[in-house]
Amino acid sequence: MEQIPQIPKEKFRLIHDENNKDQEKIGTPSLTYMQDVRRRLFKDKVAVVCLALISIIVVISILAPIIAPHNPNAQQVTMSNLPPKLGNLNIPGMNGYQNMGGHMVDAYKQADAPKGTFYILGTDYLGRDLLSRIIYGTRLSLVVAVLATLVDLLIGVPYGIVSGWKGGKTDTFMQRIVEIVSSIPNLIVVILMMIILKPGLTSIVIAIAITGWVTMARLVRAQTFQLKEQEYILAARTLGEPSMKIATKHLIPNLSSTIIIQTMFTIPNAIFFEAFLSFIGIGIPAPNASLGTLLSDGQKAFRFLPYQMWAPAIILSVIMIATNLLGDGLRDAFDPQSSEN
Amino acid sequence: MAKYILKRILYLFLTLFIIATITFFMMKMLPGTPFSNQNRMSAEQLKIVKAQYGLDQSVFVQYIRYIGGLLQGNLGTSFQFNNEPVTALIGQRLAPSMQIGAQAMVVGTIGGILLGALAAIRKNTWVDTLATFISILGLSIPSFVLAVLLQFYLAYKWKIYPVALWDNFQSSILPTLALSALPLGTVARFMRTEMVDVMSSDYIELAKSKGNSSWGVVAKHALRNSLIPVVTIIGPMAVSVMTGSMVVENIFSIPGIGEQFVKSITTNDYPTIMGLTIFYSFLLIIVYLIVDILYGLIDPRIRLGNGGKE
Repeated sequence: MEQIPQIPKEKFRLIHDENNKDQEKIGTPSLTYMQDVRRRLFKDKVAVVCLALISIIVVISILAPIIAPHNPNAQQVTMSNLPPKLGNLNIPGMNGYQNMGGHMVDAYKQADAPKGTFYILGTDYLGRDLLSRIIYGTRLSLVVAVLATLVDLLIGVPYGIVSGWKGGKTDTFMQRIVEIVSSIPNLIVVILMMIILKPGLTSIVIAIAITGWVTMARLVRAQTFQLKEQEYILAARTLGEPSMKIATKHLIPNLSSTIIIQTMFTIPNAIFFEAFLSFIGIGIPAPNASLGTLLSDGQKAFRFLPYQMWAPAIILSVIMIATNLLGDGLRDAFDPQSSEN
Repeated sequence: MAKYILKRILYLFLTLFIIATITFFMMKMLPGTPFSNQNRMSAEQLKIVKAQYGLDQSVFVQYIRYIGGLLQGNLGTSFQFNNEPVTALIGQRLAPSMQIGAQAMVVGTIGGILLGALAAIRKNTWVDTLATFISILGLSIPSFVLAVLLQFYLAYKWKIYPVALWDNFQSSILPTLALSALPLGTVARFMRTEMVDVMSSDYIELAKSKGNSSWGVVAKHALRNSLIPVVTIIGPMAVSVMTGSMVVENIFSIPGIGEQFVKSITTNDYPTIMGLTIFYSFLLIIVYLIVDILYGLIDPRIRLGNGGKE
């Protein structure tokens, strides 16, 4: 074999040294997927505003016992149906005056309210402070939403993963069940459950949960089917990882975007159902307030005391709009392709 | 295709059977009886009344009878409404519900298509923002809130429409508006996404480069191709319109099946609840079936989940 001549190291030289260095340099720190999502989310002004709004509402309802100015269920019949009044500020619509027979009357004076008493959003027909009831009502609606979401996660996600992971006959069987459950209108299931169980928080959550997990299960299953074929899952299987560990360590983190986005649509749905059931009278029983019962009470008196309907209606709509828009924002943040076309 | 439709119809009956069974046994599990003033009746009278409704038999016999009745199109008799057969009750009340339901779907779908198309054509302008805003409002504000607001302002304050009445077309306008908000929002959003996609495709570029007017391109190519996927959301939309109609009918005192359903729930009228549950499910499954078949006809690729191998 011919001897390869030794070439001294000094003879080698990198051409265009300066240029290359510039090209290879990484200007900004590389972001992880989650950091990237967060950056995209915070760039979306609408989503940020919605996030802020939701955070404020959540904080207020958590701190309800501290923030609420009155006991939400304390009745004071002499103070019934007082219009909104904010201290001594003379803002039209918020000064305690009420249209009675064509001219404005100070309703607080008529009710012989002690000097200095005022209700920021007025009182209802039993003299209960509307602001406190709305704060507590929002709290209850959010509790329903959180519980419904939890059940959704606890049933829907494992169901979807098992169905997608096992495939074959198990999958076919599980999908038949999903098909049947989803072909029953969920409102009907909810109403049937509400009739059988006693009206109340638990029944509402159970009723929503029975039908709510289906969408989540479907999405998770479809996603699991795709993930199953990925190389890293194959690698994990080849290395003999137990299925349980693959599910928690590999599948769930990769499913997180689907799960988070779906959750953002479960929340307004649960809030809507609670309000709906309470509105038709089979939801949260009296005297507890929820947004639905407040709306239903407000609707009865809407003609003469519109403020009793407006306040819960606005809060409910704001929560629904904010969660819907945040859901959109999250979807765009997780999947930038969906909005870039 | 025929095989598929046959299979779907078979499933339809299976689902209905399961729903009927579940509803029946759930109703039997209920505490209390429909004869709430039974204390005033002697034991003998009670026995006669129970025998009249077949409630003296074992649950299993009652179940067989109920299913047998269902097969003959008999949904039982109402406890509440003068012993009328439930089918007769539904028959009397179907027309108003169908009318406002159909009107809401038509108004919502057409409005949504126009709104979504407008937003897509004027993408990233104020028109787009406004259209998106309207569709988000339609999606988010519950129909019963909207119904009460419409009733207060358009009927009570400004007296344009009747407050709560059911006789002519005018009285159906407010409930239709309240119900159409959700389909409008849903369709507009869906339409915008589809249309934006279509507008950036090659065949639209080609049509434009051939010198067609931009409105001609939109009407002839873009609109048509964006419409196909909209068909898929008709099913879920029908569900939400049905849900909404229950309260909206109540608010506007419309003698429809939604109002009847709520009334039978509050009065524990079990046969009516069961009958209406099965009827609602039936309607819904039919809608889903029609949508699936339509979609299979329009777009051969989807034909029944076998990836077009047929």
